[in-house]
Order: sequence, then structure tokens, then C-alpha cells
Amino acid sequence: MSSVLGMLPSVLMMVAPILIAALGGMIAERAGVTNIGLEGLMGVGAFAAATSHALLESSLPGSVWFALLMATAAGTLFSLVHAFASITLKADQTVSGTGINLLSIGGTVFLCQIIFKQERTEPYKLGMMPGPGGIYPTAWIALVLLGAIWYLLYKRPMGLRLRACGEHPAAAASAGIDVYKARYLAVLASGALAGLAGGCLVLTQTIQYTNMTINGAGFIALAAVSFGRWTPKGVGGASLLFGTAVALAIYMVNIEALRRLPPEFFSVTPYLITLVTLVIFSGKDYAPKAVGIPYEKGAS
Amino acid sequence: MSAAPKDSSHGASKASLLDTLVASDGAVSAFVVILGFLCGTALILAVGKNPGNMYAALLQTLSGFDVTRGSWNARYIGEWLTASMPLILCGLSMGFAARTGLFNIGAEGQYIVGLSAAQFVAIYGPQVPGLHWILAVLAGALAGALWGGIVGWLKGKYSVSEVVATIMLNYIAYFLSRFLTQLIPEANTYKTQSFPKTALLESSLLQGLTNGSRLGLGIYIVIICCLFYWFIIERTRLGFELRATGFNKEAARCSGIKVTKSITLSMGIAGAFAGLAGVVVALGSFNYGRVLSGYDYYGFNGIAVALVGNSTAGGTLISGLLFGMLSSAQPLMQSRQIPKEITQIISGLVVVFISLRAGFRMIMEWRAKRIAKEKRGERDE
Repeated sequence: MSSVLGMLPSVLMMVAPILIAALGGMIAERAGVTNIGLEGLMGVGAFAAATSHALLESSLPGSVWFALLMATAAGTLFSLVHAFASITLKADQTVSGTGINLLSIGGTVFLCQIIFKQERTEPYKLGMMPGPGGIYPTAWIALVLLGAIWYLLYKRPMGLRLRACGEHPAAAASAGIDVYKARYLAVLASGALAGLAGGCLVLTQTIQYTNMTINGAGFIALAAVSFGRWTPKGVGGASLLFGTAVALAIYMVNIEALRRLPPEFFSVTPYLITLVTLVIFSGKDYAPKAVGIPYEKGAS
Repeated sequence: MSAAPKDSSHGASKASLLDTLVASDGAVSAFVVILGFLCGTALILAVGKNPGNMYAALLQTLSGFDVTRGSWNARYIGEWLTASMPLILCGLSMGFAARTGLFNIGAEGQYIVGLSAAQFVAIYGPQVPGLHWILAVLAGALAGALWGGIVGWLKGKYSVSEVVATIMLNYIAYFLSRFLTQLIPEANTYKTQSFPKTALLESSLLQGLTNGSRLGLGIYIVIICCLFYWFIIERTRLGFELRATGFNKEAARCSGIKVTKSITLSMGIAGAFAGLAGVVVALGSFNYGRVLSGYDYYGFNGIAVALVGNSTAGGTLISGLLFGMLSSAQPLMQSRQIPKEITQIISGLVVVFISLRAGFRMIMEWRAKRIAKEKRGERDE
């Protein structure tokens, strides 16, 4: 039991980026735009954070926080591509998300080669420091964001408008809501959150950015969105579950009872659970109704 | 007054040229690829490198001719074709599903199960020359078909989104492959023992022609697959049913097509193509089994291949060769001080630009509207 409690900080370290990115994915989908580019956006964020931290670590006190800011900004900027393609130009959202993912891998390592003359960023000496109880501040950031996003989505008119755009954009438009604006806002928010998530991941879990840093965390976040059925509560729970599974895959060697299991057992659980629940709950539609469908003004 | 009609006819011909360009999918693809290369060139210039080196590397990949040294080596051509093979097959996988209105983001997973199945047969299969590799090829295709078919069945029967399902199955395939391959007694955490000779897709003829490259029997598999793809889609009742399902599911259902069966079959065939890509890589480019430590990205790049190839057999073949050239040129670029990731950036840009095709159409419509308005204005005068 003590070893399980002792694992709590590591678990939260894994959960935080997944939860933050999943919140971003949730916002975009609630507004009607699928964002399978989460993985790529996290990569861009992680690269931005690792680069600025590696360069500024010695000269700027608190450069970790500045790095997180850079990660958020990079994610926002990069998601503009997805927003422009899928909202303004009504492109297929899956295609443009795939493009984001491909561009991210190439683009970040390309920049590493230019800035650091190698295929990864320079390692930094100190990442983010854990707070009381060995818990990284990223866990608290994730928790605050979870609460804030719940409040915005369900207690503010803005959230209601945003959700309307994902359910029935034409009806929302007839009630005077600017669907394009709401969707842009949602996609940019998802980019900001995914970027921040990438920054959190790289600064707590490793010491530099490589093309293997994100390694599927964005896709786990995407799974958490649909397993959490597009609600903040559900997404929070799903991220906790999936993050725990990821942490167990890494730290199971320390736990006597689990040592015999292959590590792949835990790595695969998030994906397997999501797939199975998709089948079980297939009859009921939890997904926003208009997700994935470009909105055309004046049509229908 | 005499100048006016000339001017308007000039405008009309310009519009019609643009119209045909946008209407022709092939022209859009060519345009998008050129745009991708232009952006790549600009990026190389922006970071202070010489884009000429990139094109020299690409030329060397395509022709085997080294401009800087003035030497010629056919091995580069063989390596280019070898790199193109899995991309073409994954492109066919993505394209076949797309023809049925499905987005097969799962070619990566189907590739992995195909690769793993082939590795198992290569290690445990009967070491009979001529039979061994054929069994491995069949096993890979079957495994891929199964992995794709599951998605189609879930989609048809339970309307599970194929995008989410395939993303999940990609990772399930990856971890399953790692787990199973490590169960092989002689395997360590990154490789198994060497394959017996009888399992390899080697061809001494092709190797001789290309000065000892890794080009092997896989090239025949690719050619057969392209022909099969073209034949099924364009010439059979099955292909018609699949395309009908892709155009309009409900209409297809009403006209007596079994939609669930159609979708399952389509994803199964798509999966078989990707599975074969795995076989071609496992038994063509390696002589030992790999415990994968990450995605090979052939499946994801296959999406780009199919998009540029407009999901036709010929188009996919050409665009697969194009992307194969990009990936095969990577080491040559690196040796010429060009960061090799530029090729991935170009691939990514091409996908993003392709997704903007709808945007081109919008601009056309807007132009047409404006022209109509101008005409109305002229008449009013």
C-alpha cells in the first residue's frame, strides 16, 4: 500500500499533461471540430518549452514558467493552421489534423537541427521542481484548468454558445451566435492547452525534447475525450485512469505483485478500454452531434 | 470599345484554365506537391542552406547520378524503389478505404500486425525454398486484413467511428507486437534471431541490376497489388458496391447492398494492403525480427500518399514513388548539410495543402459569382 501511495506523485506527473491536452480536445469537439492533431500540438509545445528552457535556464530565474508560456503560445499559433483549414476553408478535419501531426514531427526536429545542430534539443540541467509531497505543480495547473473549464462551459453564456455550435450550428447561428468565431476560439484554446500539456510533459518527465518525447500521449488524451464522453468530469476521470496505466507500465518493476506482468499490459489498457467502451456504449450518442462537420453559413 | 471584348475573352479563358485546374484532381495534386517543394526550398533558404543540395540529393536518389562527384551508382535507384514499396502499399490501403467513404488512419496498426505475423512465420514456418516466404506473405496479408476488418465490422455493426477505433488499434497492435515478439525465446528487447534464408524476399536478379541494393521480390507484390486494386475498384461488381457505399450509405442500403458486409470487406482489403507493406519491410529490408520501439510511420505517410494519388491505383503508385524518393533521399541530404527532416516537412505541408482543396473550390465559386455580377453590371449599362 505504501508503495502505491509513494507512486502518487509519479502518477500525477503522468496524468497532468494527458488531462490538460484532453481538456483541449474536449473543448474543440464540443464546438464541433475534431482535433486529432493533439499529438502534434503537444510536440510543438514540448519543443518550444524545452528549447526556451535549455537556452534561458542559466540567465533567467523562473525560466520554467516562461517555457510553459512559450509552449502555450506555440501550440496556439500552430493550431491556427488547423482552425483556418477546418473552419474557414471547410477542409476535412481528419486530414488537416493528420497534416498537423506530420508537420510537427518534421518541423520540431528540423528546428532542433538548426538551433542545436543535433536531432534533439540540448538537455537542461534542472526541469520543473516538485512541490510539497513531491507533487509537481503541473498537477495543480491541470486541476485548476479542469475546474475553470467546467465553469466556463456550463456556467457561462460563452460555454453554452460554444456547446450549441457543436450540437446544431445552424440553430446556434439563427440565435445570433457567430459559429465561426466560437469554433476558432475553441480550436485555438485546444491548441493552447495541448501546447501547455506538451510543455508540462517535457519539463517534468524528461530533460530534453526528442521525436519520441510525446510518444502517443496526445492520442491517449484523444482516447480520454471519448472515454470521458465529452464532459469535464468524465474526461478528468478518464485521464486519471489512463495516466495511472501509463505510470504503472513504467514503475511496475517496483511493485512486487505486478512484476510478473509484461509492461505492455499497462501500456495497452487506455486504448483497449476506450475501444471496448466505444462498442458497449455504441447505441447511445454521447458525442456532440455536429462534430467533424464543417459549418457552412447559409446552408441548410 | 474594340478592346473590351478582347479583354473579357481573355478573362474568361483565364477563368476556364483555373476551372479545369481545380476540377482535375491530378492537377491539384501536382500543384500541391509543387507548392510543398517551394515551401521546403524557401525554408532551406531561410535557414541559410543551399537548396541546390536538396535537389542534388533528390536527383541522385532518382537516377543514381551524383552531380558533385560525377559518378553513377544504380544502387540508389534500387534503394529508392525499396523505400517506395511500403508507402505505395499503405497508400493503397488508405485509398481503398477512402473509396468506401472510410478514413483508414489505422494503416500503421495493420502494417504492424502484418509485419509481426510475417516475422513469426519467418522464424517458425517450414523452411522450404519457394514456399516459406509465400506463407509469410499470406500470413501478413491475412493479419492485416483481420485487423482492418475488425474496424469495418465495428463501424458497420455498432457505428463505432473508424477514426477513433483505428487510432486505438494502432497502439494495441504496437504493444501486442512488442509483447508477442519478446516471447520468442531467442529474442531480446530489440531483436530476434536471424531469419532463415528461405523466408527472405531476396532476388539476386534485382540485386544484380541495382548494384547490390535491398530491392527484392516485394516489388512484384507491389505491382500485383496495384493491378488488383485497379481491377477490383474499376472492373468488378464488388468495387461498384464499395464505391456506392462510399458515395451514399443510405442509398446503397436501399438498393440492396449489404452495407456492413461492404464496409467490413473494404476495411479488410485495405488492411491486407497495409499488412503486405509490413511483410515487404520485415522480410525485404531486414534479416531478423524486430521488437518495434516506435512507429515506422509508413502507415501515416500512406495517408499523404493516397491523398496526393487521389485514391486511384496509378496515382497512388506515382505519389508513392514521390514520397519514397523523399524518404530515400534523407541520408544523402544529411551528408550535404541539409537537415533530413525537410522531407517530413514537405510531406506534412502537402497533406495540409491537400486539405485546403475545398478552399480552392470556394475561391472559384467566389470568382464565378463576381464574374456573374460583372456581367449583370455590363448588361445594365
